[in-house]
Amino acid sequence: MSPDGGRAVGAPVLERQSRSRLRVIDCDVHHALRSPKDLHPYLSRRWREHLDTYGHRHPVPFVGSSPYPKVAPALSRTDSWPPDGGPPGSDLAFLRAQLLDRYNIEYGMLHLLTPQGMDQRNQEFGTAICRAVNEWQYENWTQKERRLKAAIVVPGEDAEAAVAEIEHWAGNPDFVQISMVTHTIEPLGRRRYWPIYEAASRHGLPVGLHTSGFNGHAISGAGWPSYYVEEQHEVALSQQAVVISLVCEGVFELFPSLKVVIVEAGFAWVPSVAWRLDRQWARMREEVPHLTRPPSEYIRKNLWFTTQPVDEPERPEDLRAVLDWLGWDRVLFATDYPHWDMDNPEFAFKCRMTDAERRMVYSGNARAVYGLA
Amino acid sequence: MARHVVATVTEIPPGARKLLTVAGREIGVFNIGGEYFALLNRCPHQGGALCKGPLVGLVTSREPGRFDYSRRGEMLKCPWHGWEYDVRTGQSWCDPDDVKVRLYKVSVEPGEAVARGPFVAETFAVSVEQDYIVVEV
Ligand code: FES
Repeated sequence: MSPDGGRAVGAPVLERQSRSRLRVIDCDVHHALRSPKDLHPYLSRRWREHLDTYGHRHPVPFVGSSPYPKVAPALSRTDSWPPDGGPPGSDLAFLRAQLLDRYNIEYGMLHLLTPQGMDQRNQEFGTAICRAVNEWQYENWTQKERRLKAAIVVPGEDAEAAVAEIEHWAGNPDFVQISMVTHTIEPLGRRRYWPIYEAASRHGLPVGLHTSGFNGHAISGAGWPSYYVEEQHEVALSQQAVVISLVCEGVFELFPSLKVVIVEAGFAWVPSVAWRLDRQWARMREEVPHLTRPPSEYIRKNLWFTTQPVDEPERPEDLRAVLDWLGWDRVLFATDYPHWDMDNPEFAFKCRMTDAERRMVYSGNARAVYGLA
Repeated sequence: MARHVVATVTEIPPGARKLLTVAGREIGVFNIGGEYFALLNRCPHQGGALCKGPLVGLVTSREPGRFDYSRRGEMLKCPWHGWEYDVRTGQSWCDPDDVKVRLYKVSVEPGEAVARGPFVAETFAVSVEQDYIVVEV
């Protein structure tokens, strides 16, 4: 695809060299299948035929499409289509050049958005898809590029199968977290998901929750929005519901060492959610006696937030106030490459930061959460 | 400031563009209906390669449910977050006073003038029969 609108002549413009020596751990990188058939080698004959015959079926009436128009083809930067073909994120060499090398990325955390095994209505097929995706990630991405780290993708609606998938990969250093979709059948704090949190805690693996999945409900609780500009914001609302559920159901009481990373919802909303929860907790504590501490304490102890899409207040310094409350150790820098709303590590934060704060946000916090060397 | 010869006029027909590096800066030269404009290839928002973005029109609306589409091909949309810039002025649509992309002066010079100089034209064999696009950087 050429966005050049006609004849573009002359020498190709070279990408600028990495100017800063700031080391970056990018906590949200999207790789992609070149073709749905890429999973064939990792599926049994039965599921290969199932995939070819029935395809993926999610709890929404949209097949091969999403409920919202997206702002750009493949949701991506228009300059991220690999020159040798395939969708954005499907070409490792191009991803290396355009992201890892260009921005001095020390590690990139992979989050595959489609296909989602957890979202399949046929749960056995979903379990097979998760395994296939994990094998595909391992062979084609993390083994070929040591800077990339994968998430163990699990069929979270079937906790037993999910735990089996965790047991299969845990201890493999290429997999540094567990991932589930966020638009689930029940809110993610509910009991049915607890065995997954137990396994995650036992293995010391964070659970990375990237906004994704379909559960048949509108993304907001207020009915179906009309425009993508609405949906884009309501992603953060849906992640707020995830945070509230995890806290209020007592997940962090039961699994005090559990680490949860909320991916792609920004973070400036976190203080107001925490303040309101604390206030309600003080009044209604006896309804949730299992919460022995104010909700904000769990939020600042067990949860981390990736920065993208970074909030851009008119007065950039306002963001510092948010980070001061939240704790500079709570946020993990992410680009969301190659998606259209990607943040550039060199320009994403317009507020002042000390060197120590910068190191924490851009790499130190992620190194600690994911236990990276 | 020097005047750089960057292309022959036939190289960039209406609707087309040329990306090049002039004095260490990446610049996009656009032909909008026969007029030439040169912009820095760097979006003031987060540094996206602005001059690789699509040229679009301007959609405006007087009230919900009605829209106008005008200025076809005169707005440059950043390939990253989609901010729109007026190619003629470099101003962003959403914040025209504060967010602007750097514009460079462009002129068209006949071959004889270019041959006489002073111009920077390292990569060109200048012929008097041609007209050239000159950018001041
Ligand atoms: S970098 Fe151009 S719109 Fe953000």
